[in-house]
Amino acid sequence: MRLKGKVALITGAAAGIKGEVMGFGGASAWMFAREGAKVVLCDIKEDLARRSETQLREHGYDALFIPLDVRDEEQWKRAIAQTVKTYGKLNVLVNNAGQGYMNTVEQATLDIWNHEMDVHAKGTFLGTKHAIPEMRKVGGGSIVNISSIYGLVGSQTSAAYHAAKGAIRIFTKATAIQYAKDNIRANSIHPGFCITPMTHRLQEDPDKLALYTAKVPMARWGKPEEVADGILFLASDESSYITGSELVIDGGMTAQ
Amino acid sequence: MRLKNKVALITGGASAVQSELMGFGGAAAWIFAREGAKVVLCDIKEDIGRRSETQLREHGYDALFIPLDVRDEEQWKRVIAQTVKTYGKLNVLVNNAGMGYVEKIENMTVQQWDHEMDVHVKGAFLGTKHAIPEMRKAGGGSIVNVSSIWGIVGSEGGPAYHAAKGAVRIFSKAAAIQYAKDNIRVNSIHPGGAWTPMTEKSLTPERRATFIAKVPMGRLGTVEEIANGILFLASDESSYVTGAELVIDGGLLAQ
Repeated sequence: MRLKGKVALITGAAAGIKGEVMGFGGASAWMFAREGAKVVLCDIKEDLARRSETQLREHGYDALFIPLDVRDEEQWKRAIAQTVKTYGKLNVLVNNAGQGYMNTVEQATLDIWNHEMDVHAKGTFLGTKHAIPEMRKVGGGSIVNISSIYGLVGSQTSAAYHAAKGAIRIFTKATAIQYAKDNIRANSIHPGFCITPMTHRLQEDPDKLALYTAKVPMARWGKPEEVADGILFLASDESSYITGSELVIDGGMTAQ
Repeated sequence: MRLKNKVALITGGASAVQSELMGFGGAAAWIFAREGAKVVLCDIKEDIGRRSETQLREHGYDALFIPLDVRDEEQWKRVIAQTVKTYGKLNVLVNNAGMGYVEKIENMTVQQWDHEMDVHVKGAFLGTKHAIPEMRKAGGGSIVNVSSIWGIVGSEGGPAYHAAKGAVRIFSKAAAIQYAKDNIRVNSIHPGGAWTPMTEKSLTPERRATFIAKVPMGRLGTVEEIANGILFLASDESSYVTGAELVIDGGLLAQ
C-alpha cells in the first residue's frame, strides 16, 4: 500500500460519492484510502461531504469530514487540530478546493476577483502555513497543490481563475524551497479539461464540449481518477526527491 | 501490480546488478519487474548487461538482454523484432541511454558533439520510430524519454549534453502530439543530480559538494527515486499525461 499509515487532509473533497461525478478531491480520497491512508475530507458542502464520509466508512476506511471554508484562518487551525487529535498526525495536505467564474478581465468584478483569489491562493497559503508545523513534527510531509493548465497558459475566460492558479503554481515553488530542509515537499498538479462537478454543466452542451475537446491531442476529457493518480504519486514517498515540480495532466493540450 | 503483463524495453539498462551502482535504466528494470513487467534490457555494455539479465532471472523475473547501439537503425529494427518475438508485444519504451563530455564549447570537437547528439537525440528518435508501429498494434503504449534538468536550464557542464537533452525534451512533445490519437503517450523525465555509473565518473568530490550546496533538499537523488517517476509515466496511472515533463531534482529548478 502506497500511503500505509499516512494521514491526509484533502480540501474540496465533498464530491466523493460512488456512482456520482466525483471531484479531484473525492476521487483522491478513495484512492488514498485504498492505499492505506486515513483521510480527512474538508469542504463547505456539508451534506454531500457527510454522505462521502459515510460511504468511505461503510467500505471500512478511516475517514473524517470536517467543515472548512479555506479562506478562514480560524477554521484552518481547528481543522488541523481536529485532524491531529483524531488520527495523531498529518503527513499529506492536498489543497484542492476551487471554483471558477467564466468571465473576461472586463467582466470580472472586484468581488469575483477577490473571491477567486481567496479560495485558491489564500486557501492554499493558510493550509500550507498551518500544516507545516505538524509535518515538521513527523519528520516531513507532502503538500500537493491543485493548480491547472490555466495556471500555465491563458484562455478566453476566467480571468481571476488564471491569476489564482498561476499564484498557486509559484507559491508552491516558494514553499518547496523554504521547507526542503525540513523534508516537506510541495508540488503542483495542472489538470487539463476533466469531467468533474465543476465542469459537468459543460458536458450537457455538446457544441461547447466539442470545441473544448478539439483542443486536446488525446481527443477526450480526463477523468478525476486520472488526476487523482497524479496526486497519489506526489503524495506518496515514491516522489521523495520531487519538490517544487509541476505535473501536467492534460492529454497533451499544453505540449502543442 | 502496476505494470502487470506489460512488456517494457529500456535502453541504457545494463547497470542493473544488485550490490553494484545502478543507472536509472537498471533501477527501472527492477521496479518494472517487481510490478509485473517483462523487461528487455538494451545497452552497448554486454558483460554487465548479461549479468543484470541473469540476476533478474534468478529472482524469478522475465528479463532479456539484447545488445544495442541506439545510434544504429538496423540494430533497433532487430531489437524490436526480437522483443516482440520473445514476449509477444511492446507496451513501454524507456529511452534512457546516455553519456556526456564535460568540455567548454570552445574545446568541444565536432566528433564529441556528434557522438552526444547521436546517442541522446537520434537514439530517442529511432527508438520512438520503431516502437510506434508495435504500440499501435497493442492499442497504445507509453514512451518515457530520460532528459535532464540540463534540458531545461544551462550550466557550466557539457554543452552538447544541454543541446541533446533539450532536443529530447521537445522531441517528446512532438511525438506526444503526433501519436495522441493512437493512445501512445510520450513524456520526458528531468532528473537532477543522482549518483549513477555516469556521474560517478564526472562528479569529483569537489564538484559533488558544490552541486549539493545548490539543491534545496541538500542531497543527491537515488536512482530508485528517478525510477519511481519512470514507473509512474510508464504505467496506466498516467493515462491522461502526455507531452509533460516530470522534474525530479530535489527542488533545484524551482528556485
